[in-house]
Parts: sequence; C-alpha cells; structure tokens
Amino acid sequence: MIKIWSMKKDNATVDKKKPKVSAAQIRVQKDLGELDLPKTMKMTFPNPEDLLNFELEISPDEAFYAGGTFKFSFAVNGNYPHDPPKVKCLQKIYHPNIQADGNICLNILREDWKPVLTLNSVMVGLQYLLLEPNADDPLNKEAAEDLRNNRRNFESNVHKSIRGGSVNGVQYDNVMSHK
Amino acid sequence: MVDAQSTLTLDDSQRWAGVYKLLDRSSLIHPEFEPVDQIKEFIKEAKILVIGAGGLGCEILKNLALSGFCNIHVIDMDTIDVSNLNRQFLFRRADVGKPKAVTAAAFINKRVQGVTVTPHYCKIQDKDEDFYQEFALVICGLDSIEARRWMNATLFGMFDPENPDTMKPLIDGGTEGFKGQARVILPGNTSCYECSMDMLSKPTGFPLCTIANTPRLPEHCIEWASVLEWPNKHGERKMDTDDPKDIQWLYETALARAKQYNIQGVTYSLTQGVVKNIIPAIASTNAIIAASCCNEALKLASTSAKYLNNYMMYSGNDSVYTYTFEHQRKDDCPVCGNAVSKMEFRGDKTLEEFMDFLKEKPDAQLKKPSFAIAGKPLYLQAPKSLEEALRPNLLKPLKDLVSSGDQITVTDSTLPFSLQVEITLV
Ligand SMILES: [Zn+2]
Repeated sequence: MIKIWSMKKDNATVDKKKPKVSAAQIRVQKDLGELDLPKTMKMTFPNPEDLLNFELEISPDEAFYAGGTFKFSFAVNGNYPHDPPKVKCLQKIYHPNIQADGNICLNILREDWKPVLTLNSVMVGLQYLLLEPNADDPLNKEAAEDLRNNRRNFESNVHKSIRGGSVNGVQYDNVMSHK
Repeated sequence: MVDAQSTLTLDDSQRWAGVYKLLDRSSLIHPEFEPVDQIKEFIKEAKILVIGAGGLGCEILKNLALSGFCNIHVIDMDTIDVSNLNRQFLFRRADVGKPKAVTAAAFINKRVQGVTVTPHYCKIQDKDEDFYQEFALVICGLDSIEARRWMNATLFGMFDPENPDTMKPLIDGGTEGFKGQARVILPGNTSCYECSMDMLSKPTGFPLCTIANTPRLPEHCIEWASVLEWPNKHGERKMDTDDPKDIQWLYETALARAKQYNIQGVTYSLTQGVVKNIIPAIASTNAIIAASCCNEALKLASTSAKYLNNYMMYSGNDSVYTYTFEHQRKDDCPVCGNAVSKMEFRGDKTLEEFMDFLKEKPDAQLKKPSFAIAGKPLYLQAPKSLEEALRPNLLKPLKDLVSSGDQITVTDSTLPFSLQVEITLV
C-alpha cells in the first residue's frame, strides 16, 4: 500500500505561492478572449483590470428597436459558470420582457442557465429579446398586451419610447444612437 | 523504529482498546499492513480538520473522537438555531444562538477524555494556506457547494508534487434527504470536487415573469419578495439570510403577496428554506455518510485497510442502493486539469514575442492566446474595446508586466480550459 503521506515530521518550508486565479476568472477570460461580436454589439469595461464587471451595448439594425442603443450591465460572481451572470438593463425602456428597474426575463439568465453556456450565449439571448420581444413572458404587462393585441400600435409606442417619449403616462429614456 | 510504547499510557491502550485491536496485529484486511506504534502515535497526534459543525459535522466529530483521533479542529461560521436541535446532537436548547464550532468542541472535550477539539468560529475563507498546511487530513461535512469548491481548489492549489507533505487528502461527505455520498479526494491523484460539478442537480429558479405576474406556488411569492421586492425596498443593501429580521421581512412580504393571489403555504420556515436553499436533512442519512467518511479517515491515517477509491453513493430513496466507483478526472477541469508548466523566458523580450514563442511551441499549438495574471488581464484577443486597451502591453518587455514566479493564465480556443505558466524571467 502506498503511504500517502510521510509520517515523520520534517520542517521543510513550503514555498509561498502567489494568489491563485479562480476558476471563475479563468472561465471569464476564456469566454471573453474567444468572443466574436457582431457589429451590433460593443462592450465597455469601466475598469479594464476587472473582467468580472462590464457593460454591453446592443444597437439592433432591424425590427422594433432599430436605431436605439441598449445598455446592459454584467456582473459575474465567483461561482461562475455554476451561477449565471447577473444582467440588468441600464435604461428605462418599453419592452414586454424588461422591467423599468432593469430586470430581464430571459430563460438562460435563470431557470435554464447551464454551466456549458457562455457570456456569448447570454449576449445572443439579449439581442434576440430586442429583435423578438415575447408577449408570453411578460414583465411589463402593458407592453406585452400591447404587442399581443396590436403590433402596429406596439411598434409606434416603441418608436416613441426610445426617443424619450411617454407611453401610457410613463416616460422612457431616450436611447437613440445619434443623440 | 522508535519505541513509542513508553509514551502510550495504560489509559490510552484501554481507552482505544477497540481500535488498537485493529492496529496491533498484522492485518487480515490488508496484507502489507505492518503494526508499528508510530501509527497509533500518528492517529493520536495528527491534526485533523473538520469543516462544518452541522448535521454531518456533529456525527463526524463524534466518530473521530471515538476512533482515537485526539487532535481535532473544527471550523463553522454558523450559530445554533432551534431547528438544528433535532439532529445536531452536540447542542442543547440552552445553546441556541451560540457558535456551533465552539459548542460542539466544548461538548466533545468534556465527553471524551484525551481528545482536544479546537474550534474556529469563522468562514473557511478567513483562513490562509499556512493554516490548512498544518493538517494531515481534511473532512468536509457541508451543504454549501460554494464552500466545498473553495476548499477543494485551495487544497489543490497548495499541492506541490515535489513535496509530499503538501498533499492533503480531502474526504467529502454530503447528504440530501435519503441520499448521500462520501468521497476521497487526493490532490495530484484522483478526480476532484470541481470535476463532478455537472453531476449536481442545480436548484432551479423560477422564470422571472412567472414570479412577477403569474405566481401559483408559495415559492413564487417568496422569490418575488427576495428577487424583485427586496432591491426595490432596500436599494443597495444586500439581504443577510442569516439575519432573522431580514427573513421576517421576506416572510411578511411574501405572505401579503400570497394573500393577494390566494396562494396557501407561505410560512417563516419555508421562506428561510427557499432563500437559504436549505435541503432536507435526515439524521440517519447524516450518520451513515459521516460514518463512511470517518472510516476512510481512519484507513488513510493508519494504512490498515484500502481506502475508498474514490466515490461512494448511497440512496435510500427507493429501498436501499449503494454504489462505489472510481470517479474520473475531467481533462478540462479548471482545478485539477490545470497543470502548471514552468517556463523560462528572457525578461527583455516583449509579451508579443512570448506569445509568438507559445504559438510556435509544438506541444502548445496555440492559435489566439489571451493572457492574465491572477484575474488581471495582460492581453485579450477579444472583445475589441479590451483588445485595443491592452494592445500596448504586447510591445512592453515581459519584465515590466510580470515578475519571476508569477503564474500567467493562458486561454485559447485550442485549450480545453487553460494553461498556467509559472514564469521565470532570465
Ligand atoms: Zn477536477
């Protein structure tokens, strides 16, 4: 049988090692380093030394939200990729699946998150949400009903809201790219 | 061989007579086992670390103390809750509110003469490698995935193949209702806790839109209170799930919501269970798993029998089923699959030259590598904004960016996970 540790005590000093990098940090480095963002997406790092907190801008070139630039914050915790990144919308926008306070109803951010998914999967999911808002998973119920009942009306409300206008008495942020 | 007999008092041989019957003779269990007194001394003196003084921890402490281990340490950051008393048998009603580690240690110290349990009322993350280095063996009885991942990664990080004393066996026990598992993790040898992360069934959160608009279950109301209402009402202040005041607020908020939607079943303890993700705990499952962990500790410490290789699962859900197998290492495991390779490189050469060197190295075969030190990026191939911000580093001499002994984390699409390069500048 292998003696798995020596029974005699020796005072060999153990090398002091530098702080080790965490699995979450390596995974984020890998996710980021292998990104191939479409031209509709741009990332900014408030602190370039911190890879765990950053912002994503999506500027859809088609559908309801074309012309706007939508900002999302990403916060990755030490348990990534076991935990999904925390993502919030930084602007107040009129969208069936996004709340005024920034909460987003996207399945892979909660119940369908799996560690094999990457930051890229989340970014693609967010872009999809802007291209195809979903009336069946409402966070903003009025916007969802609007979309379900009258797409033309929804479209004009989105058009108004992303230019800083009001819909049903609620004022939204001007998110037009050229402002 | 040193004659250690003199240091073993009569008391010791009487007190540990049961265990010594095993250790005093050539084992029938393991043919190569040699009974030498050093083994008894080792079991008496070796520092054993128990992590967690909850359901599993109480059992583990009791078993270790009754198996002849006399120098035990225990870490736990929790205090005793009245709901613990049914199975955490080292605690009494008068102990409610006191630290688990301190109370458990005092109980064992009083009850089992000759045994010293030293408590540490803190988080495992509060202790450094020097602390963990002193132990011969670590036994984890935790319900937190995060804490086990941390412990696993720390023990693997401390392991130096050239110094066998840095190899700290980790025995990990876990239970959930009638199910449980015990495993032996040997850094540098077996698979690790991180390798098995995808075997875990992750508690599923509920869709945000269900919580927000169409709650049907009491859990939906509790999640609404904790995920959506908490930040609205408390702003930046983070919820403290160990603070009864915060749980009370969540409970009342969830209850009001449940009334509004005519949903039954929101209680204080369900609220606590949902937000703290408390899993069902059954005393006897804890006893079975703790017993298995402690027998492995005794086998590893005494070499008197073959130890578990390396994963035993127990399930009492459908009659009784146990299965032992050798859990395989994952090649792309971020903890144990992350071998450090040592490299020498000239400090006056640039990061770009170092990158070219790695690309041309036949055994590395990297295409578009990214570099960081302890999470701080040196150069990343993407995204564009970061690449541009970091690009000036490519032209800097390596000695301006790293020092000898630094570990550079290299990622690349061609690598399963990453390559850790311990650099020596020459
Ligand atoms: Zn591993």
